[in-house]
Amino acid sequence: MTDHSLESDRTLASQGALGPAALDDRSLAYESGLEVETRSQWTYARRRFMRHRLAVGSLIVLILVLGAGLGASWVAPYPYDGIDLENSGVGPTFDNWHLFGTDLLGRDYFSRVLYGIQTSVQVAFIVALLAVVIGTAVGAVAGYYSAWVDNGLMRFTDLMLTLPGLAVLLTAAAFLGHGSPYRVAIILGFLLWTTLARIVRGQFLSLREKDYIDAARAAGAGDLRIMFRHMLPNCLGPIIVFATLTIGLAILLEASLSFLGFGIQPPTPALGLLIAQGQDVSTDMWWLVLCPGLTIVLIVLCINFVGDGLRDALDPTQRIRA
Amino acid sequence: MLTYILRRLLYSIPVLIAASFLIFMAVSAMGDPLAELELNPLASEETIANVREKKHLDDPLVVQYGYWVKDAVTNGFGTPLLTEEPIWNDLKRVIPHTLALVLAAELIALLVGVSIGIYSAIRQYSLFDYSATTLSFLGFAMPVFWLALMLQIAFTNLFLAWNVRIFYTSGLSSVDPGTGIHWLLDRAQHLAIPVMVLAVLQIAIYSRYMRASLLEVVNSDYVRTARAKGLHENKVTMRHAVRNALIPVVTLSALSFGALIGGAVITETIFQLDGMGNYFIQNLFNQDVYPIMAWLMITATMIILFNLVADILYGVLDPRVRYD
Repeated sequence: MTDHSLESDRTLASQGALGPAALDDRSLAYESGLEVETRSQWTYARRRFMRHRLAVGSLIVLILVLGAGLGASWVAPYPYDGIDLENSGVGPTFDNWHLFGTDLLGRDYFSRVLYGIQTSVQVAFIVALLAVVIGTAVGAVAGYYSAWVDNGLMRFTDLMLTLPGLAVLLTAAAFLGHGSPYRVAIILGFLLWTTLARIVRGQFLSLREKDYIDAARAAGAGDLRIMFRHMLPNCLGPIIVFATLTIGLAILLEASLSFLGFGIQPPTPALGLLIAQGQDVSTDMWWLVLCPGLTIVLIVLCINFVGDGLRDALDPTQRIRA
Repeated sequence: MLTYILRRLLYSIPVLIAASFLIFMAVSAMGDPLAELELNPLASEETIANVREKKHLDDPLVVQYGYWVKDAVTNGFGTPLLTEEPIWNDLKRVIPHTLALVLAAELIALLVGVSIGIYSAIRQYSLFDYSATTLSFLGFAMPVFWLALMLQIAFTNLFLAWNVRIFYTSGLSSVDPGTGIHWLLDRAQHLAIPVMVLAVLQIAIYSRYMRASLLEVVNSDYVRTARAKGLHENKVTMRHAVRNALIPVVTLSALSFGALIGGAVITETIFQLDGMGNYFIQNLFNQDVYPIMAWLMITATMIILFNLVADILYGVLDPRVRYD
């Protein structure tokens, strides 16, 4: 279906949008033997993405914020556990670069937030990776073979929908999490793949009937080759969009878990945990809650905008946001 | 129609049984009921042996499941690990509180969200539309617990600094709530912020959904016909377009019940409301698997029920849907 939109883009470009003058240029180029630039699917996708100004801007902000987080040991003005009792409870100020203020022990919250971004983003990336691998594998098998695997998967996801997701997540984290970031990431990854499995299954069900798959089979390609070489590349758009939005969702969920005390445990800094630690004194030191929270909002907002831009670029048939 | 409802109700029974089996097996696989007790130096060998006896922990899991179902049906979900009070007695107290919270949030969210969505769709690409879109994106990106905390901080400081008490920031009622209208007012003052917090995300979702749905309907033939026969624009939108555009939103609102219960877990914990979410979190901290399983079972039942309501509503609102 990506192909269709490319077709329409091409015809649009050759007819109305560029006008007769452009057409003449092109035929001129052919006649005088000039190379005509070939453009792949990805070139078109990139162009569509670049036209989405909000998404590009968000991507730049995101790279800056995540870069600062991942390079926290160089960027942060203080170590995340550096106690400074003389400067305890300072509000956000440019003095000594306490941009996000300090807590009761005088720990600089800007530095702590940077280290928190590091942890939270690492967790979110692992979650997205896990969810993509499991979801794609299950969805591909269910859509391709479409027998008991398909039935089983659909019944299982139906059953999972009868349980409140957050409560299931909390239960799993409370009994299995033990405060380790990696355990939390694995639990989240194992609970978030079902949406993607449904998407990939749907794509595979329709792709399976295409002529080129029959052609590949006639040429002697095996099931695995057909699935991964011929069908999967046609689902990459939705998968990439899902992965992006899952990173944002994972950051929100991990923050909620850590805030409630069932996610990452101190002393590891994580964004939700920082808010929980600021909560006790939050009536006086509101910045301990405000600043880490705003950081989460900024990151997730940018990820969602980038995801939307990617959806428009890679998957133009899916416009409605659920 | 009636046969359809009956058939769906019958179909819910195997789903419920499957859900109960899944809940029991998953929770049993994850949490050893005795783990916390065995670490506790105050718990004697005898207590542990008693619990083992009471909960039939030496039997195979399938047999334990049988005992659990029997307890759930005949004895109010059995008892927690240590006390003898049936779990149902606690649930009976907390469920109405949560239902009041969730229903209020849902109603407000539907009212506000649908209105914003309609206006955004009518004035597409206007300043209002862009602001609503931006705000709903903010709503999607905001952690529920953070919004709750910020509102709590704001209203607490409002009280401490200027002695202005508009809304209470924790608990369900004051020490002396009074009776009748006073009690109701007091309860409303306590529930206002939690309801607001829960409604924000739903408003973001409903307004986006309503906007998309109305934009889709506005281009259909029957709307053009309505315009062509000279109806006033307001009548075209409100009488013809909005009615049809509402169908998916109403269904969605019934389906989002599960998500709201999840959101209520966080909100109730922060505002210390004596509801289902608070009860759930307390038992998670105690690592007591029996109230947790009961809680999951009750919510699963409610969600299945609301899914059924969604299906029926869909049929009532949209005669094109056939039941056969």
